[in-house]
Amino acid sequence: MSDATLKKAIVKPSGVAGENRTRALIAGIPARLFILAIIVIWTVPTVGLLVSSFRTPQAIANTGWWNGLARFTEWSQWTLANYERVLFADQMANAFFNSLLITIPSTVIPITIAAFAAYAIAWMVFPGRKIVFVIIVGLLIVPLQMALIPVLRVYTRHDINGTYLGMWLAHTGFGLPLATYMLYGYISSIPKSILESAHADGATPWMMFTRLVLPLSIPAIASFSIFQFLWVWNDLLVALVFFGTRRPIVTTRLAELVGSRGQTWHVLTAGAFVTMVVPLIIFFSLQRYFVRGMMAGSVKG
Amino acid sequence: MSGVAVQQAGFFDKPAMKAVVAVVILVATVALIGGGFVFLRDVRTAGLLTALVALVVGVGGIWALFYSFNVLADLFPPAIRDKILPYVFVFPAVAALGFYIVWPAVNTIGLSFMDRFGNEFIGLENYRFIFTNEAFLIVLRNTFVWVLLAPTVATALGLLVAVIVDRFSPLTEKILKSLIFLPMAISFVGASVIWRFVYAYQPAGGPQIGVLNAIHTALGNDPVAWLTIRPWNNFLLIFIMIWLQTGFAMVILSAAVKGVPKDLLDAARIDGAGEVRSFFNVTVPYIQGTILTVLTTIVFLVLKIFDVAYVMTSGQFGTNIIALRMYQEAFVQRNFGRGSALAVILFVVVIPLLVRNVRGMRKSGD
Repeated sequence: MSDATLKKAIVKPSGVAGENRTRALIAGIPARLFILAIIVIWTVPTVGLLVSSFRTPQAIANTGWWNGLARFTEWSQWTLANYERVLFADQMANAFFNSLLITIPSTVIPITIAAFAAYAIAWMVFPGRKIVFVIIVGLLIVPLQMALIPVLRVYTRHDINGTYLGMWLAHTGFGLPLATYMLYGYISSIPKSILESAHADGATPWMMFTRLVLPLSIPAIASFSIFQFLWVWNDLLVALVFFGTRRPIVTTRLAELVGSRGQTWHVLTAGAFVTMVVPLIIFFSLQRYFVRGMMAGSVKG
Repeated sequence: MSGVAVQQAGFFDKPAMKAVVAVVILVATVALIGGGFVFLRDVRTAGLLTALVALVVGVGGIWALFYSFNVLADLFPPAIRDKILPYVFVFPAVAALGFYIVWPAVNTIGLSFMDRFGNEFIGLENYRFIFTNEAFLIVLRNTFVWVLLAPTVATALGLLVAVIVDRFSPLTEKILKSLIFLPMAISFVGASVIWRFVYAYQPAGGPQIGVLNAIHTALGNDPVAWLTIRPWNNFLLIFIMIWLQTGFAMVILSAAVKGVPKDLLDAARIDGAGEVRSFFNVTVPYIQGTILTVLTTIVFLVLKIFDVAYVMTSGQFGTNIIALRMYQEAFVQRNFGRGSALAVILFVVVIPLLVRNVRGMRKSGD
């Protein structure tokens, strides 16, 4: 008997407890049905996409994917050709490569800049540090839409539009408020005594930062990196505005496929799954950091 | 720590030597970044070489920049160095924020009073048009419904799930929560494709491969082109957002629900409150702060997200929203004035949130 049931048994006469248990069980049925419905709605659409991506175009067009699952052993309906087609003929492989090329620096650069800034704001004394921090917190909320037009005009004037560089810098700028805010929260909570004793040992600020603060901040850096990586990987708006569609990345390519071939489901399902592979791997392998990063990142502007 | 410091001091003992090294490093860094900048601006095909240069310049460049400035600052005596260094550390962040957010935001406000090219001042004309044009009024109405429905439903569902799965065994709870949280990993574009497939439509007689029409026709009805049915198609789009955000609400609220003291719940039970009443009278009031945070966070997100409407309908069939219309005005029609005005409207709506954030931070003592 667990503590909780023991406590209940003491508090209440056993007859009432038994009646309560029956009542709870009956009351539990709607709750269980509700959870069941939610789970079905939250998983079945994705399963349908995944199943369909392995079916031949004819099979997809003629029967629902659930029929395919019910007649699983009709082997002729299953194929990998959709992936071959979407990866090469429809350029998804190229898009995948481009997405990585945009996403990795767009994650490393802002987190580096933010870590330096957060360290300075948290532990170095200089006039204006509070104002800088208040401004950063305010900027967390500014919608991305407020920045797009003027930056695009500058990009066009200097011919940076459509370049990797332009994308990294844009994602750096847009990711910085959150990165700095998150890392500040973490770095400022490092015990003062650790930094003071390092200082007393003659460590320069650079050494304290690279050998002490950075290693200690790994959990926060990991959480933010995952958030920023996924945000950039999944981003459509910044890519459409600053990168264009001439060179594909996964989101713009998939959106284009929807626009040009909205009914060719064998292409769309496989294409959608290609764009989802990286986020899903991260989700399943780094779930704890993933959840933490998503929570912290939910305020991004 | 001190050993290393001594070592470094020994190697770069002479100030002249240090200065030369610092200048060489700085010049090399600037050359690397500048050269990489030009190279990457001019090369527009993604070969492996580009990728390599890109990664070296992008990732290495930023570190080299900080390092070389640090070496430069180290030329000065520690007292002066410690005055310079904070600015070295903060400057890149401030510069990037200034160029990518602060300046453009101010500029956008200015542009919202200008014509489509951003040349001529036309006063409030863009706003007048937005608030009187029939198509735009539908855009505003839809956005309002999105903001009203998506956060509240996602939060309510998330809370219900959190409370219910809290009774299950820890393993079951973990699995169920993972499944509901999973959509958070998927891009809005990917999620939209998933749901387009659910809403897929074939004229009557054809095989219905979309789940929704399959169920609908199995019940004896004619198939429906769901995404074209005004105004109800808006709800189908909003549902995608709910599907994506319920997991977020659930995770945050689940932590809050677990924080409700057992004593309070037991006391309510002894007083004869059933599950439902103790939920509304104890749990909800106890975690209302968290609920409010979740709600505002999703409101904020819903306002900005344009991807779902873009992929599902491109805003056709009366489903446009401000965020999508802003994109279309500014970057498809190239009407910078009207696009800016729409951005400003989004911004004005979130200002109370901004004020709350800054106030909350001041209060917390920082």
